[in-house]
Amino acid sequence: MLLLAFDTATPAVTAAVHDGTRVLAEAHQVDARRHGELLLPSIDRVLREAGVDKHSLTGIAVGVGPGPYTGLRVGLVTAATLGHALGVPVHGVCTLDAIAHQAEVTGPFTVATDARRKEVYWASYDADKRRTAGPEVGRAAELTPEAVAVGAGALLYPESFPQVTGPEHVSAGWLADFAAQELAAGRELLPNVPLYLRRPDAQVPAGYKAVLPA
Amino acid sequence: MADEPLVLGIETSCDETGVGIVRGTTLLADAVASSVNDHARFGGVVPEIASRAHLEAMVPTIQRALDTAGIKGSDLDGIAVTAGPGLAGALLVGVSAAKAYAWALDKPLYGVNHLASHICVDQLEHGRLPQPTMALLVSGGHSSLLLSADITTDVRPLGSTIDDAAGEAFDKIARVLGLGFPGGPVVDRMARDGDPKAIRFPRGLSGPKDPEYDFSFSGLKTAVARWVEAKRRAGETVPIADVAASFQEAVTDVLTRKAVKACKDSGVDHLMIGGGVAANSRLREMAQQRCDKAGIVLRVPRPGLCTDNGAMVAALGSEMVWRDRAPSSFDLSADSSLPVTEVSVPHTDLHAAAHEALR
Ligand SMILES: [Zn+2]
Repeated sequence: MLLLAFDTATPAVTAAVHDGTRVLAEAHQVDARRHGELLLPSIDRVLREAGVDKHSLTGIAVGVGPGPYTGLRVGLVTAATLGHALGVPVHGVCTLDAIAHQAEVTGPFTVATDARRKEVYWASYDADKRRTAGPEVGRAAELTPEAVAVGAGALLYPESFPQVTGPEHVSAGWLADFAAQELAAGRELLPNVPLYLRRPDAQVPAGYKAVLPA
Repeated sequence: MADEPLVLGIETSCDETGVGIVRGTTLLADAVASSVNDHARFGGVVPEIASRAHLEAMVPTIQRALDTAGIKGSDLDGIAVTAGPGLAGALLVGVSAAKAYAWALDKPLYGVNHLASHICVDQLEHGRLPQPTMALLVSGGHSSLLLSADITTDVRPLGSTIDDAAGEAFDKIARVLGLGFPGGPVVDRMARDGDPKAIRFPRGLSGPKDPEYDFSFSGLKTAVARWVEAKRRAGETVPIADVAASFQEAVTDVLTRKAVKACKDSGVDHLMIGGGVAANSRLREMAQQRCDKAGIVLRVPRPGLCTDNGAMVAALGSEMVWRDRAPSSFDLSADSSLPVTEVSVPHTDLHAAAHEALR
């Protein structure tokens, strides 16, 4: 197994190569506004560092969110196009599951990432890291999270998440590790389809098509 | 002509997911998936709906283009993509896909300007553009007069709209008349049964002291809305065909008069008209009459190539390869307000190196 993994559902642009047992290379940059610019150079870099030819990849694992849409789509369309061009399958992973996989906690916990608009994307897990609720989007104050929380979304709302531990954002190495374990166990991953969780804002901005400065 | 560059072009600046394949100036495939129907009930393009549709349509549209052209991705000499201007989130889907495709196939990537692509598409219909070429670009997003000495490097804006784009005016008038969205085709159709001289609507920026090559359609739009409103208030039937024909006449009169004047003033004997509004039958007819009279050769691509599509991006990409222009780097970004003077987004390695050094 030789997986290329990446995720753009959180402020991190993260990419990794995984051989089924361990991470061969990983790149990680946090810049919520530059997913589009950073992702492909990161992918190129991790393959070089791992000494892996892209034509020997056996699959792609991509975080399918939930996450802010514009950045999220960068990862998904990149995965879809790479999968098509290289002729390899694309496996979707819930980004919150990948964060949970990395979390060092002993009891049940909640993963929360920033959904903006004063909301979080969240899911809860039991002590064995099996998802027990979510993924959903909602106001932190209206949730009933587990005692321990993980993720940048939890750090934003200390009143709702009093006890927060790392990691803040998703890591592609851990995402790849999660995917590798699931695949090795013969379990199906998700389709490469975004977990938007919200309907699109159906508002036509004023002067919607005027793309040229006057 | 097998040695001419074979290029795939991706266009996602608005609501059409377009993938075209061109060899030199020959069109091999023009696959388009449109989300226009999803926007109709909102009366305009909803950016988030457009972006979601681009993501879903991207790979199937690439596959359809490859199948139509009968080629494999590995046969390509380059991948071109609209880097801007357009809707930021929509552009980003196409740019990300193009990068992934180019990288996976080890092909050069060309981030190009949407407006220059609208001009270059005419090469697929009428052969290489003469140099220089005058271009009138009219669509829902742009209304500009551009002079291009070299379509891969040199596009100069002579004038543009100071308020609404021509296509926007069509959409708004269609809304006033209750004809639905998009407005261009339906207004054109209604106008065929109307009298273009029935109502004398104003011609924006046509006074002796107004800027020669700029356009304004906001006053015209208001005048039409007022006229229709007055009729309705008086309890009279609105003569929809006459209003549509008279409005369309006012728009095409200004567009063609200014375009022909720009040609004469610059000593250019070719005019190309592109963009979605170039599909308008009255605009094509009037432009032909006025160009004939002025001794100007008119080049208008067929309507299917005037609206946004991937073929136009492939056409410019192919020209870039043919003229040995520099490709873009893999940190290419989508630029929603890319100036028309930037025909392509050059390699940014120097910039990236400086960035690295500062870390
Ligand atoms: Zn356009």
